[in-house]
Order: sequence, then C-alpha cells, then structure tokens
Amino acid sequence: MAKKESTFSNMVLTLFLITACAALALAMVYNVTKGPIERGKIERRQAAISLVVPEFDTLVTEKFMPPEAADSLDFNFAYKNGELVGIAVQTFTNQGFSGYISAMVGFYPDKRIYDVVSLEHAETPGLGDKIEKDKSDWSDQFRDFDPTEKQLRLKSNRGDVDGITAATITAEAYCDAIDRAYKTLEENLEERHLSMEE
Amino acid sequence: MNKIEILKKGIIKDNPVFVLLLGLCPVLGVTTSAFNGFGMGMATTFVLFMSNFVVSIIKDFIPAKVRIPSFIVVIASFVTITELVMEAFLPDLFDALGLFIPLIVVNCLILGRSEAFASKNDTFSAVTDGLAMGIGFTLALTALGGFREILGSYSLFGYSFIEGDGMLVFVLAPGAFIGLGYLTAIFLKIIGER
Repeated sequence: MAKKESTFSNMVLTLFLITACAALALAMVYNVTKGPIERGKIERRQAAISLVVPEFDTLVTEKFMPPEAADSLDFNFAYKNGELVGIAVQTFTNQGFSGYISAMVGFYPDKRIYDVVSLEHAETPGLGDKIEKDKSDWSDQFRDFDPTEKQLRLKSNRGDVDGITAATITAEAYCDAIDRAYKTLEENLEERHLSMEE
Repeated sequence: MNKIEILKKGIIKDNPVFVLLLGLCPVLGVTTSAFNGFGMGMATTFVLFMSNFVVSIIKDFIPAKVRIPSFIVVIASFVTITELVMEAFLPDLFDALGLFIPLIVVNCLILGRSEAFASKNDTFSAVTDGLAMGIGFTLALTALGGFREILGSYSLFGYSFIEGDGMLVFVLAPGAFIGLGYLTAIFLKIIGER
C-alpha cells in the first residue's frame, strides 16, 4: 500500500485514530493495574508502620496539623492490650535535593524515636538514596534518638545527626521531615492517647 | 536483509551507546550501578521492541508530515504501560527504577530506530532490529553501570568486595562521562574501528 498523502484531513484523522487507540490501550492497562498498585501501596504502608513501632495489636489513625501548617500528618497510634506502645507518624519534607520526601517515623510514648523508614523520594541514586534502610545503615542512628534532649539537625548545623557524604541536602531534608513529625507529636500527644479505654 | 546481520549490527557494529552514541540521557543518568543499568536496559528493550513492531505495522497508514508525533504517541503509550505494569506486578524493580522509566519516552534511540529503521522495513526485520538494539543497549548500560559501581562503590550487582566508600566521582555525573569515554574507546579498539 502506498504512503498516504499529507492532506489536512488525512493528518487530522491519523493523529486522532492513533491517540484514540493509545488512550484506549492505556485506559485498559490502567484498569488492570489500578488494584494491585493500590494494594501494594497499602501493604507497603502497613509494613512500614510495623517496622517503626514495637509489636501491637490495634492501630488507630488520626490526622494532625504540624505547627507551621502545611499539610496534615497521619498519626497511627499502636496499642497492645489497650496500652499505647508506639506512634507511627507519616511525615514529609519538600526540602529534598529533588523535592518531596516522605518517611514513616516511629516514636515511643515517651517521644524517643523507635525507628525511621523512608517511603517515597526522588533523591540521587547512589548518594541521596542512602536514606533508605536497605541502601545504607545511615538512618540507624535515629534509633533511640531522643529529640527532647538532642537536636534533629546535622552536626554541621549545630545539631546531633551525622550527615551523608556528598548528600548533605538530602540528610538535612530527612532531619526536617523527622523534626516535623516530632514537633507535631509534641503538640498533639495527650493523656487520652496513652490507653485505649475512654 | 539477513536477520543475523541485523542482530550483529545492533549489538556490535552499530551498538547504540558505544557507536551511535544515542540515548545518552539514560546512559549517563541511571548507570550508577550495574543493576540499575541492566533494569533500565531491559525496560528500554521492551519499549523498543514493541514500538518498532507497531510502527512497522502502521507505517503505511501514516502521512509523512505527522509521522514523528504518531511515533511519539506509540512510544509514550508503551512506556506508560511498562511503568504501570512494573508498578503493579514488580514493585521491587519499580522501586529501584521507577524514577527513570518515564525518561524512556525521550530516549532518542527509540524514536531514532522507529524513524530510521522500522518505518522503512518489514515487521519481522523491525522487531529483530528492536531486539538487537535493545540487547546492545542493555549490555552497554550494564557494562557502564558495572564500571561505575566497581570504582565508585567497590561493589558489583550490590555485592561489596572492598570495605569503604569508593571513588565518589564515579557515582556522580562526571564519572559517567569519564566511564563512557573510556568504555567507548576500549569498545572501538576491540571491534577494530580505530
């Protein structure tokens, strides 16, 4: 078959058909993959929560605004036998080297940090991605970190956190995210949260 | 054209990275480790294969003046499909590569092969070319990723063999240019072009 001529109607028709087919194919794939993607996200969130708080049997989620009010944070209060054992806070920062970073920070009821895992980020592979647990043990230093006594800033910035070589901005941003979680916790953790019985 | 000939061309004689120097954005951007390079290569191979296949089928129905936008739509669709499927069914690989998958759309290697090969040849030759170019691209990315990982992190495919941080420059962007330069020179020496 010979090539079609580039008349106006031919071009419009061709482009329309191609984009329509593409849209149809994408819509179909999207429909098929939507479920698994959503489930994967929820599973990863659950897995992250169980990584950053001690063993629990019940989870209660509440939203709180951080002090400098940007967007609300999800607080997951973890209870075991009715007693509060930990709080997993889903926090974020926009100060990463590539913008948005989100993390799950777990606190003991006395506001010491239990553990921290990163959820989403776009930091440089090989450098900034050292905030991930399986890339480097950098974030292990937050275990048992007591923000009521120590500063959630890098040592180069008069804080108490070691930086990441060649990824200072990322490390600083990660501290910012954790600090946001801590400050929000400090303002909002009340007596009523400590046990489940009302 | 002989299919074996096309395969050999894609992998060695016209290697997309070391000879054609196409698609350098992902080549330089993602090759911080051998695994990242390999994963990106495989994803690109899939897109290259599928877009060459579709372009060679629809080439006769497309007016010459709108062929580039048409090809781009085809390529972008397959990239998005790859991204969605990977996120849904291979979440671990997606975590490692997710950021770079959309970059495949702007990889000039894929548009280049659609324009220069698939739109002028029959379907079977086109998919062979897509596969060959994809393999060549994957091998080159894995080699460059390995080179940078060995020198930059003292490890290969994530297995560390010397303690320590490595020569940081090879993980950073300048290391990509240095590595690509040396590997290109070695590759051309071996195949006897220069």
